[in-house]
Amino acid sequence: MMSSILFYGLSTLLFAAALLVILSRNPIHSALWLVTAFFAVAGHYVLLNAQFLAAVHVIVYAGAIMVLFLFTIMLLNLNKETEPQHSLLVKLAGLVAGGMLLVVMVGALRRSSAETASDLATVHSGTVGLVETLGKVLFRDFLLPFELSSILFLAALVGAVVLGKKELGE
Amino acid sequence: MDLVWLLYKVAFAAGLLGLSLGVAAYSTLGERKVASWIQDRFGPNRSGPMGILQPLADGGKLFFKEELIPGVSNKFLFILGPGIAMSTALVTSAVIPWGRPLSIGGREFPLQLADLNIAVLYVFAVVSLGVYGIMIGGWASNNKYSLMGALRASSQMISYELAMGLSIIGVVMLTGSLSLNDIAAAQKGWHWNILVQPLGFLVFLVCSFAECNRHPFDLAECEAELIGGFHTEYSSMKLGFYLFAEYVNMFISAAMMATLFFGGYQVPGLDSLGLSQNVAALVGTAALFLKISVFIFFFWWVRWTLPRFRYDQLMALGWKTLFPLALLNIAWTGLYLALRGFK
Repeated sequence: MMSSILFYGLSTLLFAAALLVILSRNPIHSALWLVTAFFAVAGHYVLLNAQFLAAVHVIVYAGAIMVLFLFTIMLLNLNKETEPQHSLLVKLAGLVAGGMLLVVMVGALRRSSAETASDLATVHSGTVGLVETLGKVLFRDFLLPFELSSILFLAALVGAVVLGKKELGE
Repeated sequence: MDLVWLLYKVAFAAGLLGLSLGVAAYSTLGERKVASWIQDRFGPNRSGPMGILQPLADGGKLFFKEELIPGVSNKFLFILGPGIAMSTALVTSAVIPWGRPLSIGGREFPLQLADLNIAVLYVFAVVSLGVYGIMIGGWASNNKYSLMGALRASSQMISYELAMGLSIIGVVMLTGSLSLNDIAAAQKGWHWNILVQPLGFLVFLVCSFAECNRHPFDLAECEAELIGGFHTEYSSMKLGFYLFAEYVNMFISAAMMATLFFGGYQVPGLDSLGLSQNVAALVGTAALFLKISVFIFFFWWVRWTLPRFRYDQLMALGWKTLFPLALLNIAWTGLYLALRGFK
């Protein structure tokens, strides 16, 4: 009972915030609504007993990435005059691409409940999202992919440092 | 979930709120008293005996000051900013274990609001949100100095958060848990983490100064360059919220340092005295507050001793000194665990 009230409350908040991200005129407001949406997603994680995922989600997305986003938007000082005008063709292409992504996601989710019911995280009692489970899965079953992705991150890190570095004598 | 339990939790939460605010209020007085002591003068001594009513006078003054909201500001966000700063400062205290459980009428009442199994990450999540209060307030003021202060504060907090997060991984590795309750319980007797993690503690200490925007890292409100920094346009109690949030953060940082590295509520040799459970629990809580007071005093002491850093020095210290030191600490702890053998 309590869980369903929370679930529907969080979902409403999530949808409202996600809509406001794209409907807000002011880019700062959009960014702040996106932060609100991240919170709603973190709330869903907590409902699924995945506190670790929830905390990491808040730390990484709301605490670090969105702060840098806000940073950039604040410094650019965007307003109506500088807003890029897209042609109708670009808008149409965006609509088609977005719609196709939606179809793929709905198609993937439609069959998931029957086939993968055993893998689904369950409300309150599930252990899928706990830090012990996650650590065991990452470092035992998926060690190689995990290490490979960390090398990818390292490469991105080195790339960012190289790009950000001032040329000698500049 | 019976009624007694619910009432206890609500009362405990209200108590924590009052405690955090009370400690923060008297930190302002304490800081001014220590400042006057270090600078060889009297300090506030007019309101009440020894100036003990000074925080009330300061709060009253802030309440009755004229409230100004700049006409060019974004009003909603301008008001939201101090609110976020204050609420993120206050909610961290929920996961700190303030003592061993009390036993009343055959029931155990833990002196902790919520024993999350990821308490350490919860604290970091909340701390990383604290930066929004400063950023939103600084941007909504629509003032160049405010924006510069907000940008400085947020880049500083993100940079130092990294080193801070890495500095406690050593503690987490030794304890094998992210729960603050487990970390405090594992430091029984003299097994304080400071003895095995001195480097981790040093990095954590320096980073917590930066995270609280305290001297010598208070560049966000560097008055010589930025007037008042991110709160230049704020007046009345909104300014009070920003200033107050800093003191609440200081209290929580001190509590975190005591819990993570100095045994929390553990008192060496307490069990051999044969005290009853409740008395022992209260002694432990008193010891925790003693440890917290020492750290808060340290915050004050540093403020009146060290000059402010320059901005590039601050960034160099964070990224080129503290960050590698924290990594070194993790490597060292890993090596130690591998040699000792995992439990």
